Amino acid sequence: MKIVVCIKQVPDTKGGVKFNPDGTLDRASMMTIMNPDDKAGLEAALRLKDQYGAEVTVVTMGLPKAEEVLREAIAMGADKGILVTDRVLGGADTWATSQTIAGALRNLEYDLIITGRQAIDGDTAQVGPQISEHLDIPVISYAQNLRVEGDSVIVERQFDDRYHVLRAKMPCLVTALAELNEPRYMTPGGIFDAYKAEITVWGRADLKDVDDSNLGLKGSPTQIAKASDKVRKGTGEQVTLDPSEAADYIVGKLKEKHVI
Amino acid sequence: MNLEEYKGVYVFAQQVDNVINNIAFELIGKGKDLAEALGTKVTAVLVGSNVEGLADELAEYGADKVIVVDDPELNEYRTEPYAHALASVVQKYKPEILLVGATAIGRDLGPRVSARVHTGLTADCTQLEIGDFPINPMPGKEQKHNQLLMTRPAFGGNTIATIACPDFRPQMATVRPGVMQKREKVSGAKANIEKFNPGFTPDHKYVEILEVVKAVTDVVDIMDAKVLVSGGRGVGSAENFKLLEDLAEALGGTVSCSRAVVDAGWKSKELQVGQTGKTVRPHVYFAVGISGAIQHMAGMEESDIIVAINKDETAPIFSVADYGVVGDLNKILPILTEQIKAAKVAG
Repeated sequence: MKIVVCIKQVPDTKGGVKFNPDGTLDRASMMTIMNPDDKAGLEAALRLKDQYGAEVTVVTMGLPKAEEVLREAIAMGADKGILVTDRVLGGADTWATSQTIAGALRNLEYDLIITGRQAIDGDTAQVGPQISEHLDIPVISYAQNLRVEGDSVIVERQFDDRYHVLRAKMPCLVTALAELNEPRYMTPGGIFDAYKAEITVWGRADLKDVDDSNLGLKGSPTQIAKASDKVRKGTGEQVTLDPSEAADYIVGKLKEKHVI
Repeated sequence: MNLEEYKGVYVFAQQVDNVINNIAFELIGKGKDLAEALGTKVTAVLVGSNVEGLADELAEYGADKVIVVDDPELNEYRTEPYAHALASVVQKYKPEILLVGATAIGRDLGPRVSARVHTGLTADCTQLEIGDFPINPMPGKEQKHNQLLMTRPAFGGNTIATIACPDFRPQMATVRPGVMQKREKVSGAKANIEKFNPGFTPDHKYVEILEVVKAVTDVVDIMDAKVLVSGGRGVGSAENFKLLEDLAEALGGTVSCSRAVVDAGWKSKELQVGQTGKTVRPHVYFAVGISGAIQHMAGMEESDIIVAINKDETAPIFSVADYGVVGDLNKILPILTEQIKAAKVAG
């Protein structure tokens, strides 16, 4: 079985957000990580590899620096890494990104494609389903459990108040939730392999069956009209009181606002 | 693509088990504002099996027209037949705007449809308006009028971005539940109802549903609560949430929580407020033992009144609180609950 996992290098916004003096996000000092949902997707692929002997290829699109997440994935147990990077691909929205990745995946053989549900920097959850549409294969998003049975995948798909157990014929694309599993750590042997591993680098010319009009900033239907730092509600009152005074204070405010 | 052919504001009216989701009414409400600005109408697209009877309810919340796509293949939500239904509506009726709820269903359906009809899709919008793009005139670039300007948080809520889709139609957005206001229900209001069936032939993209497992729950939806008493890691344990439950009961409210509490296994995911949970805007929000991660604040800062109780005076939650109390929640909550009960009896 051949599995392709799409991963993304993202700034670590969880817990480690740093600001510049002017209040903007200080990206330079922020660490980058493998996107958590993608890492769960990779773990799911590696478990299938452990069980069925699958070949796992990781693909990422980004700046040359994004090679780091491919090496991390190889250190965890992935077999091959492919970096898609090219200046003309920059500024892509989800349409152009999914076109780019679909163009790269057309060069590969796959039974199963796994992506994370969403990246923590954009939170759109669009690229996985859009890739599946471009490749004309079924998609099951929000996977909370995953197994292979013959030529099909069986997936528990999470909704708000329920889950569906779904069967899809492979090839198929599945988007993974971070809750899917607990990703393994890199192994010392794996880290050693990852350093030696040859990373395949693809540019625009290596993308198959994609028109220039669908790539990069120019191929992006959505455009940014403006971006600004979030204006937060101003700080109100802050008091330090002993417990019964604190209770009096809150009750007073709730009465004032006619809550009680 | 001739943009002039695309007219009208369309909303996907999500139903599950033949019950319309609140998000449908919220989208109609917002859709009315946009349609008024554009001088056009709001059409709800109702997709399912035996759902025609639900159309009147959409009319009562303001839909001018309802397109019903009714087919046995659409009984339970599945990506392919629903994407085919909605994409076929787009291809036939050519809406200029299409809004979809940013629910588990909408966030699956939206991208598939936008990819099929080749247009842009802006995710998880919290604000929608009609305006010019570019917002200010730019030399060498045509300024287009009557564009949908879609605003959404990005980078974990640190940034707000406004997005336009000037050269493709429909302009598509998924919209966060709980953010837009539905209109007052007008009993007996009627809409023009039109049936449309593009034909459903199962192919390799249709997945098979083996089982549907519903969570058994009697929990009140936190998005509907007027008062929320929300606990974070600082509450200390699942058992200690009793203090919050008592306070919530005294106020006629509901308990919710931060992500840390769900991760610790103290409360279920349905009660989680924040970027990866639910967006709430109750009349009163108590943040108890919640430090205030940006992702949490993104889900509650629109609440009318925010009361924070935290022992750490530097906790970020105080930056959005109307009333912040530095102190020990274990000591404050029992007294507060008693006083509120007493005040209610006296009142």
